[in-house]
Amino acid sequence: MTQILLQTILSGVLIGLVYALVAVGLTLIFGVMDIVNFAHGEFLMLGMYASFWGWALWKLDPLFTLPFTALGLFAVGALLYRLVIRRIIDAPMLSQVFTTFGLMILFRGLAQYLWSPDFRSVEHTVVAGKVAFAGLSFGLPQVTAAAGAVVTTGAVWWFLRFTRLGAALEATAADKEAAALMGIDGQKMFALAWGIGAACAGVAGALLSATYPIFPDVGASFILVAFVLVALGGFGSVTGAFWAGILVGVVEVVGGFLWDPAYKMVLVLSLYLLVVWLRPQGLLGKA
Amino acid sequence: MIRLSRAASLLAALCLAAPAAAQEEVRIGVIYPLTGAAASTGLELKNAAQLAADLINGTDKSLGLALAGAGGLPNLHHAKIKLIFADHQGNPQVGASEAERLITQEKVAALGGCYFSSVTATASQTAERYGIPFLNGESSAPNLTQRGFKWFFRTTPHDELFVRNSFEFLKDLEKRKGVHVKRIAILAENTEFGTGAAALQEKFAKENGYQVVAKVLYPPKSTQLTSEVQKLKAAQPDVVMQSSYLGDAILSVKTYKDLGFLPTALVANDAGFNDSEFLKTVGKDGNGVISREVWALDLAAQKPVIAKANALLQARHHVNFNGNSARAFTAIFALADAINRAGSTRPEAIQKALRETHIPGDQLIMPWGGIQYDATGQNKLGAGIIVQVQDGKYVTVWPFALASKDVAWPLPAWDKR
Repeated sequence: MTQILLQTILSGVLIGLVYALVAVGLTLIFGVMDIVNFAHGEFLMLGMYASFWGWALWKLDPLFTLPFTALGLFAVGALLYRLVIRRIIDAPMLSQVFTTFGLMILFRGLAQYLWSPDFRSVEHTVVAGKVAFAGLSFGLPQVTAAAGAVVTTGAVWWFLRFTRLGAALEATAADKEAAALMGIDGQKMFALAWGIGAACAGVAGALLSATYPIFPDVGASFILVAFVLVALGGFGSVTGAFWAGILVGVVEVVGGFLWDPAYKMVLVLSLYLLVVWLRPQGLLGKA
Repeated sequence: MIRLSRAASLLAALCLAAPAAAQEEVRIGVIYPLTGAAASTGLELKNAAQLAADLINGTDKSLGLALAGAGGLPNLHHAKIKLIFADHQGNPQVGASEAERLITQEKVAALGGCYFSSVTATASQTAERYGIPFLNGESSAPNLTQRGFKWFFRTTPHDELFVRNSFEFLKDLEKRKGVHVKRIAILAENTEFGTGAAALQEKFAKENGYQVVAKVLYPPKSTQLTSEVQKLKAAQPDVVMQSSYLGDAILSVKTYKDLGFLPTALVANDAGFNDSEFLKTVGKDGNGVISREVWALDLAAQKPVIAKANALLQARHHVNFNGNSARAFTAIFALADAINRAGSTRPEAIQKALRETHIPGDQLIMPWGGIQYDATGQNKLGAGIIVQVQDGKYVTVWPFALASKDVAWPLPAWDKR
């Protein structure tokens, strides 16, 4: 029993780390400019398709194409900011919601139109098989995905914490007018946030492509959890999203195992309600 | 300027021509999941339904089914069938509102769809309210025909028959091959389809003296099925009976493999496991999966029309029929048959004709006795088969009289597929 429990806890941590990476991008965009990006799951979808096509057309492994996927998604995010989001930055919240929601439908529709609704998958990845020790067993692709998620989340955290550009981004998040007075170009910072946010989701997509089926609506499965993490961890907090990801992953898997899997999201959402009720700013958010 | 006026007159002519043309077609609304997680299945169903309509509208009689090649419906002055497709996104509310739109705005004579039992339930409610015939070809939740509806008809057998089939299959196997099954685990998605099937499986298992060691329901949009598979693994079942749609069917097989879960047999309840995308995505890991079905390509050995119809679909979409699309195809033929006999698009006339339907088995691409509805609107001549994935193909393994291959038992180890 303890062994099965340990197995489920660690499985929960593995998936939770990937949830966290998806949420990091979302929380960054939200924290910097107070816009809820409903199209965030579609960045994940694009990341998955980028990996799939790299594999299908040129036989390149998703891990090999990962840096290009990240760069590509960075460009998509930054460009999207320049072309669309910039125009609604001071618009009423409802307009912002409709815009990003519309983008979500547009991306899904485009993916279905261009690549058909067929389920795709990447086969024969470099990392395959499983690791087994002490009676525990994990798929190597899942372990790789979790490790990749930790590295990427860590990199974003380091960037925000220890680089000048990251500090400028944080400054804009804290007070964009004051930051502008200090000579920080707000437009650039916003584009940067969108680029990094999209790149995080893209990397998560690339990491997931070895284990998860790829189809136009795949983002929908992950986005709900990502929203929960953003609120749970504290709006705009990267470390908050990280710990919330692990927490939610473990609650989902272990809770589902001990209780009834049909209610696993009930557990996750109850935890969310509890935290938001007792600590409205989230676990690591600033009040 | 001249060009403009010519365009205008052309437009006027078109507008005038439109009502005249409308009389020469029979409009049928068909609702499928064309976007969303089940979109690939929906597209297959749509293509199959459209092929059926085109065959009826065309003049190629080579298929050998009564209405194929009739050049439209003979009793309605060869009116062409026009299918108007709508997308329910897998959402019961959307299904109901699309049904309403098709009835009130597109003025359809009858409705078909919706694959998802949960959506068929709501869409057919709308049809019942408006008094429009609804013919369902591929939803298997038993309660759909137990609601006392007057306008609802279903060609496919429902899960009660299918589940009974899977237990008859196990019993036959025990007799014939001496396999020993005692512990059964049930895994199902938690909408109408899965919960209904799981309840029946539990009931039949108990009646047949099996022990249900786990019954696990999960939300179909799950991002991981680790806890579900751990629960199954801990219960140590001989046989897993599973009802899943495509995405979750794929995810479950991958999770079984990752967690090293290997029951003696996996007996699936159609749906995702029989979708054309399933084997493409899981590849060799799908070998050994057993599933209830209503159709298989290897039945062509006994029923040549199957191969002919399949060749037509192959030529057009480069894909074989499967149990889902074959049923969608059959539903259009069954509906066309009724409308033709009704000789009218009046709902009451079609309803009456549907009640009087009697299509013999040799007029179908299904291995059924035919189509004839009982008082609840359920086709009573339907039958099921059981298929197994062997070397990347679905082969018929039960009933033994129709089987083209012997059952491979137990499931091969994950690294030996």
